[in-house]
Amino acid sequence: MSAHDPGTSRRMSAHDPDRSHRRAAPPSACDRCLARPWLLSRLSAHLDRVRGRIQEVLTLGDEQLVEAVAGRDADRIARERDAFDPRVSRERAAAAGLQSICCCSPRYPRRLRSVAGAPTMLFVTGELVSFLELCEADPVAIVGSRRASSYGLEVARSLGRELGRAGLPVISGMAIGVDAAAHEGAIEAQAPTIAVLPGSPDRPTPASKRALHRSIVSGGAALSEAGPGSQVRPWCFTARNRVVAGLAAMTVVVEASERSGALLTARIAGELGRRVGAVPGRVDSPNATGPNGLLAGGATVVRSAQDIVDSLYGAGRVTVAADQRPALSGEGRRVYEALAAGGDVASALAGVGVALSRGLAILSELELAGHIRRIGAGRYAVIP
Amino acid sequence: MHSCCKATHTCNTFARNVVAVLARVTTFAIDGIDPREVSVEVDIRSGLPSFSIVGLGDTAVRESRERVRSAILNSGFEFPQRRITVNLAPAFLRKVGPGFDAAMALALLAASGQLPPVDLVGVAAFGELSLSGGLRDCAGALAVAEGAHRSGIPRLIVPRERAAEAALVDGIVVLGVSDLRAAADAATGARLPPEPVRRELRSSTGGPDLADVRGHELPILALQIAAAGSHNVLLEGPPGTGKTMLARRLPSILPLLARSQALEVTRIHSIAGLHANGLLSTRPFRAPHHTISAAGLVGGGVPPRPGEATLAHRGVLFLDELSEFNRPTLEALRQPLEDGEVAIVRGQRTLTLPTRFMLVGATNPCPCGFAGDAMRCTCTESDLRRHWRRLSGPLLDRMDLLVDVQRPTESALRAPPALDSETARARVSEARDRQLARLRGSGATCNGEMDSRQVRDHVRLASGAEEAISRAYASGVLSARGRHRVLRVARTIADLESHERVLESDILLALSMRQRGTRDEGRRAA
Repeated sequence: MSAHDPGTSRRMSAHDPDRSHRRAAPPSACDRCLARPWLLSRLSAHLDRVRGRIQEVLTLGDEQLVEAVAGRDADRIARERDAFDPRVSRERAAAAGLQSICCCSPRYPRRLRSVAGAPTMLFVTGELVSFLELCEADPVAIVGSRRASSYGLEVARSLGRELGRAGLPVISGMAIGVDAAAHEGAIEAQAPTIAVLPGSPDRPTPASKRALHRSIVSGGAALSEAGPGSQVRPWCFTARNRVVAGLAAMTVVVEASERSGALLTARIAGELGRRVGAVPGRVDSPNATGPNGLLAGGATVVRSAQDIVDSLYGAGRVTVAADQRPALSGEGRRVYEALAAGGDVASALAGVGVALSRGLAILSELELAGHIRRIGAGRYAVIP
Repeated sequence: MHSCCKATHTCNTFARNVVAVLARVTTFAIDGIDPREVSVEVDIRSGLPSFSIVGLGDTAVRESRERVRSAILNSGFEFPQRRITVNLAPAFLRKVGPGFDAAMALALLAASGQLPPVDLVGVAAFGELSLSGGLRDCAGALAVAEGAHRSGIPRLIVPRERAAEAALVDGIVVLGVSDLRAAADAATGARLPPEPVRRELRSSTGGPDLADVRGHELPILALQIAAAGSHNVLLEGPPGTGKTMLARRLPSILPLLARSQALEVTRIHSIAGLHANGLLSTRPFRAPHHTISAAGLVGGGVPPRPGEATLAHRGVLFLDELSEFNRPTLEALRQPLEDGEVAIVRGQRTLTLPTRFMLVGATNPCPCGFAGDAMRCTCTESDLRRHWRRLSGPLLDRMDLLVDVQRPTESALRAPPALDSETARARVSEARDRQLARLRGSGATCNGEMDSRQVRDHVRLASGAEEAISRAYASGVLSARGRHRVLRVARTIADLESHERVLESDILLALSMRQRGTRDEGRRAA
């Protein structure tokens, strides 16, 4: 089945029985492509065993893949595959409210095609057509650690917000930490954002991001190569990184330790010849090893969204909309600066020399003006 | 006079009314925290010698037989070798504890003609007997004294240790005695014990004072606000920063107890066996361990006993390590917090116990305790979420203030104390007076008790404040419920500052101490 490689999909489309990709009709999926997500789901347990090399494994065609990973079950799975009924898949996708597009369609995201072993199918929750448009609008992937510092979260959030204002869709994995913060930033700017999920896109993974999932879907899209009802296994997370990197015009790493999946995303983006950016971190912070390492290897320094658009379009071509927050002055500015320098509330207020109750009121003023965010009792993070 | 002829007693004046009953003495059973009149009736008939007690008593009451027999013999009285029946009426009321011994012994003495039964009319007795005939200390004397007063019984015999406590009730003569012989003498008036000393309310509360605290400027400010409006507080901070130390000082800045309140509190504590020394002048501070059961916290068991929530009535209930408490245990606090009382239903009966306390919770900001310190905190976001889920919900909704407690700096530790409790209490009491005046007739007595309607009616905002609160709401900093809580706290801050209307600065200060919202930062802080 090596002919059924995404790279050769144009040839394949000639004998597509559905002819689903006529211009006017909404993009749909051909039978052959539908078999692939079914097969991956069937092989899920086997694929976990080769998780370390999942990117390579997924470039294999269906039959080779079964032979390579299924071991003793190979024959049985091959037979099951022959009996695969695409109608069932279609019905289940429709029941879950998913729209789908296969790589045979000319409207399949252009950038994603260049990934070796790109998904044959994309299932989308949200509006498929607008998702495909977003993919053409130079989306930027913002990825990073699940265990980010409050600084990292604020940076991710503000990058998301500024990119939203600049009209670049944010792509990320909706994971806890940097990913979710980037999505939230875009949503704060009321800009569409794209979440690439490891499991079926109608089900939020992780489940704790239910609310975020809802707001992502309402303005943008959640998508996955996995169809409805598929099990989420560790390999799915690794495999999803290639979709994030593949869809994005540029990948930016905010905070990542050495073993973070965000670095894998950045590596794939680099291999695809896409731009890779990183937000510099403190050299003594374990979360900064990833981005600082990328910077040492020549990645673009990202201090704000302006650095991202400059890298994409050339310096000075596009300007990110200016900060709309009221400017800081007087005591407010001094308190803000003391907090930005890393002090806790008590020492920040003491340093500025205001009375406690006045100082607390200033903190609330700063918060209402959007300069700081309370992240717990008496702890505030500065919003850059 | 005690060895009068046994043949004569059958026709005494007392027995004329109730044919079978030979003698009767009043005592009181404690039902929850209320005294209930119990008459101890003793009937002695000829027959095989026996001694039985009827009237729904517990094991301690059944064992009274042995104590009463030995005490009577060892006090130099005679124990009748006949058929003795003791009835504790009313029979439907469950009787608990050894406090009925004294009344049983006196009634038995009267029934056997060793005391003139007439002398026991108008006498109530209370106390446990020892085998040697001594009258032992027994919990709940104040409640019994109040019961005696209510039932119009002029004289009350109590163990001597409890005399001072029982004497707090006006209008009865308290006879504090140390043994059965003295009790008999006091009952007949043959020899009266010395009048007990009444220990009245002291002006100074004693106990830990704010003046001992160094640093902690922010928590101290927050505690004053909490005390002034009776707002429940959540103290959040790493381990060992002084959360418990601060909470312990909250009673010292609350307004002093009025005498009637002090009596109520003393009665509850006396029943629980926690106090026996005159009137309690400090507000209670209860800090149950987190392994406590729901019944232990709000009251319960068979027969129902007051829980920590009732023991903290008019004082402070402090729950340290809030996230360690059982979720159902914490949920049980909802009704007591909301209504200021808890109803315990057992079988056919409902018992209502007062629970008007201030709730102070303390918790680590995250499981490891170092949230916010990226280098030290080892908690993942899911750890944090689990931590907050354990706390969240109904209880957090009832805590108006969220206070950060951090380790004081070195210079703060060397600085003189910012405030002493006396000064703070004066401010708090003034603020309370303002609230009382404003809320008169509304059902609430302080800002912490205001519901949404009362907030709407009684919280007047200056224009800047109006604008600040709507900005906070629009920006998503506040939820609808959070807005409500901030308004209550802001009203209290304005009361402390003697502002007629709530100013913008009051709102901003209240915002900085607002409780977490349901979709607030607690979830994403790392």
